Amino acid sequence: MAQFSTLPLTALALLAVTSPSFAQELNALVWCDHTDPALIEPFEEKFGVTVNLKEYEGTAAGLAILDQSQPGDWDVLVIDSVDVGRAVEAGYLAELPADQLPTANFFPELVMAENNTVDGKTYAVTEKFGYNTISYDKTKVDPADMEDMAALTSGKYDGRIGIYDYYLPVLGLVALGQGVNTADITAETLPSLKDPLMKLRAASKQVSDVVSAQTALATGEVDIVVGGGEWLTAVLAADNPNLDWTIPKQGGLRWAQSIGVVAGSTQPDLALEFVKYIVSPEGQAKLATSSCYWGMPANAKTGDALSMEQRAVLRWNEQPEFLKRAQLYPIPDAELDTAMQDMWTEMLNQ
Amino acid sequence: MTLARSEKRLGWGLVAPALLWTGAFFVLPFLAMLALSFARMEGREVVQGFDPGNYIRIFTDWTMLKALINSLEITLVVTVVSVVLAYPLAAIIAFRVPARWQRLALLLAVLPFWTSYVVRSYAWLLVLGQNGVVNKALLGLGVIAEPLEIAATRTATVIGFVHFFVMLLTLTIYANLIQLSPNYARAAADLGAGRWAVFRHVILPLTLPGVVTGAFLTFVLCIGDYITPQILGGNAELTLPQLIMLQLGRSGNFPLASALSVVLMAVVTLAYFASSRWLRLDRV
Repeated sequence: MAQFSTLPLTALALLAVTSPSFAQELNALVWCDHTDPALIEPFEEKFGVTVNLKEYEGTAAGLAILDQSQPGDWDVLVIDSVDVGRAVEAGYLAELPADQLPTANFFPELVMAENNTVDGKTYAVTEKFGYNTISYDKTKVDPADMEDMAALTSGKYDGRIGIYDYYLPVLGLVALGQGVNTADITAETLPSLKDPLMKLRAASKQVSDVVSAQTALATGEVDIVVGGGEWLTAVLAADNPNLDWTIPKQGGLRWAQSIGVVAGSTQPDLALEFVKYIVSPEGQAKLATSSCYWGMPANAKTGDALSMEQRAVLRWNEQPEFLKRAQLYPIPDAELDTAMQDMWTEMLNQ
Repeated sequence: MTLARSEKRLGWGLVAPALLWTGAFFVLPFLAMLALSFARMEGREVVQGFDPGNYIRIFTDWTMLKALINSLEITLVVTVVSVVLAYPLAAIIAFRVPARWQRLALLLAVLPFWTSYVVRSYAWLLVLGQNGVVNKALLGLGVIAEPLEIAATRTATVIGFVHFFVMLLTLTIYANLIQLSPNYARAAADLGAGRWAVFRHVILPLTLPGVVTGAFLTFVLCIGDYITPQILGGNAELTLPQLIMLQLGRSGNFPLASALSVVLMAVVTLAYFASSRWLRLDRV
């Protein structure tokens, strides 16, 4: 009897999700890699909906947008994986049905339950990751030098280094260079990073955003970008195969972005379908090679959906080894975060 | 009496939309920003109140103060260089170019306005780079032996700004010059004044309102600009707008960003009062 009553309801729910006459639009607050039509259009066609995308940069900006919005304005949120807890604490993310997510197929390090789960409930799922490490032009620098972070401040590459303008990964890299794990950056250990950071700044030519860093590396303005990685060089690889990246012996930083359903969404089922599409091998391959920036898919089953060239640029086969050597971004509390940003601002105005 | 009252009503009626617009989109947001500038952060939460801490920090923290000084230095250099370059250009167009070609000359002068500001800044980055057009030309001519370090410096920021503001100033100064009757110069010449004396004692004082108006607009737009120093300056130093963006995008410290914005507005207001004697915004 129960089966007879739930069947029509399920059909109705599916109809509501798939029929254009019901859920017409899905509003997603995302990073720029989601704005690639090649990623979004297959979902829109399959479900007969329009996905409205709004880009933002920096967790603070994203949370500010949510803070100024009404419940129901947003359905999907893409956020730095280390900040999922922050969004949950602020009440912006809804619980996800963990049994419907393909995390069993993920690289084990990318399940990131410690970030995506709060009090045993899953609020987000990792969708993409990559490394903040060292990008370089292998015809201009000795690739062997790039295996040791100490080479950056040895004097050999003074004025030929660019720094990626994001305090968390670069301070993390500086910490690794000093033998401090990213998880051990505290108010007590932070002051010890100031001198190495200032030395790195003194040896570098510029501190720049993604586009400027790419331009500088591609035009020979700088030969090394500290904080770069596959996301910086992959889109340039076709035109400039001399650009490469590596993780030095001291280690590198691993960034990851997660996706979740916004609390208060008026169409949570459709939002969940979008999340499931993004973490499916098809969505993962398109997200990994987005025209905005490339990165590794979290779903390890994505390999078959990538071409040989794409896998080579992403160093797909080396992921298990790279993952072992990479550490997560520092996760500072508000006070430490302020101290880190103040140090970064001081470095910029050195 | 009745007519005067109805005219008054009509006047208020005509002004009302502009007043409402200014009130809703300038005065109220400004008051909200002013109030927020006295709030403080507790962790990641904004706590409302009357705390002058943000202002004290701006004027005692060297990093913040230096950003203000950097902004003022860059803006003053850009304003002076732009005026020095734009004045002769405007004079040539007004006095030397035949009337029928003046429109075309002005069109060519403002042509770069048609390109996106961001695209133009990135284009300058390529032009000024080590392998850019400038360095290649100078190396090719044998003027320099090593490429000049221009990109990602203050010089690059100033060049990017000057390129933009020379166009703006040329228009405002040209508008002033073209209204000058040639009889002033003729009368001065009849009285025995040489070319330099005519320029110094007649033309320049009469065109000063146009120059000051253009310079003021340059000052206002330059000191509040974020894009050019961010792209061309390579973060070699911070300006006030960059510092504000850091507070907004990174820290979520809206009270400090508001206080910095109020300081920026105060600087612009001071510039306005300093130049108000000569300002003729109706000539823009």
